[in-house]
Amino acid sequence: MRARVYWPVTIAAALLVGLLAYGLTTTGADTTLDAATAKGERVEPPTRASLPVLGGKGTGSLADYEGKVVLVNVWASWCEPCRDELPLIEQAHKRMSRRGGTVLGIDVKENSGAALDAVEEYGLSFPNLRDPDGSFVRAWGQTGYPENYVIDRQGRVAAVRRFPVTQKWLDDTLPSLLDEPA
Amino acid sequence: MTRALLGAVLLVLALAAPSAASAQAPRASLPDIEDEVMCLECGTALNVSTSAVADQERDFIAELIAQGKTKAQVKAALVSEYGPRVLAEPQDAGFELTAWLVPVLAGLGALVLVALTARRWRRVRPAATAAGGPRMDPDDERRLDAELAAFDR
Repeated sequence: MRARVYWPVTIAAALLVGLLAYGLTTTGADTTLDAATAKGERVEPPTRASLPVLGGKGTGSLADYEGKVVLVNVWASWCEPCRDELPLIEQAHKRMSRRGGTVLGIDVKENSGAALDAVEEYGLSFPNLRDPDGSFVRAWGQTGYPENYVIDRQGRVAAVRRFPVTQKWLDDTLPSLLDEPA
Repeated sequence: MTRALLGAVLLVLALAAPSAASAQAPRASLPDIEDEVMCLECGTALNVSTSAVADQERDFIAELIAQGKTKAQVKAALVSEYGPRVLAEPQDAGFELTAWLVPVLAGLGALVLVALTARRWRRVRPAATAAGGPRMDPDDERRLDAELAAFDR
């Protein structure tokens, strides 16, 4: 009897440990983008999934901005550092749009009413998509708020910023990419 | 007289109708909804979350309650704005399916274990009874016989 019980109990325990390990390993942030861009490599975006348009109907995605330099800004109105950064991002958008670029805002984990209030408050003119449960930015290895990703004209990720941008970082990163041919 | 009685009955029914309707869909309240909703950023139930995201979710719920929405309508609006992950109950697909399956499988496993153990006990006990229990030491048996014989005398 003891031998008959031993194997089912061992297998059940192994399955539970495996389940726990799977749960733990799938919740960690993916650092692939950081490693690649730190080496100066340009990589394909982890996802180009469509997301709902903030304050509008239908969906939008990175694919809508082919041939443009895109500064993807991950923000939320409940995030104080994001709010602090928004004026700089809006300024960057105005500069970029004159040279074939754009900012694409990804508003994360908030209701559209609150996000639209912030859009109005900061006078944001760049397009925004909604990532209601954060699954889109999770695929990008997001670790906090705000975050910024720069996409070159070939649609590849050229730079990643895991915390608020500075004017210097924008000046060091964007002009050279905007100079590149489509 | 009959007409007056009929009028009174109709009036009572008319007054009772709204309360019956409200009994079907009780007024939603924040504490009742909070423990069934997740703070999306903190990964904890909203009633124990203190972050800015949680505050914003609470404001959203309070606004809907103020508009007279029922609990079901509030939860539907939350799912529509934040996606299904906002609800505290695990989804019935993907990895989260394990949250439903593991307790059921563990329960079934426990039942099988109890059934097997009970069967084993039932098998062991009659065998022990049939054999008359463990054999007695010959010395003890002799002593017991002597004691019983002395008792009979």
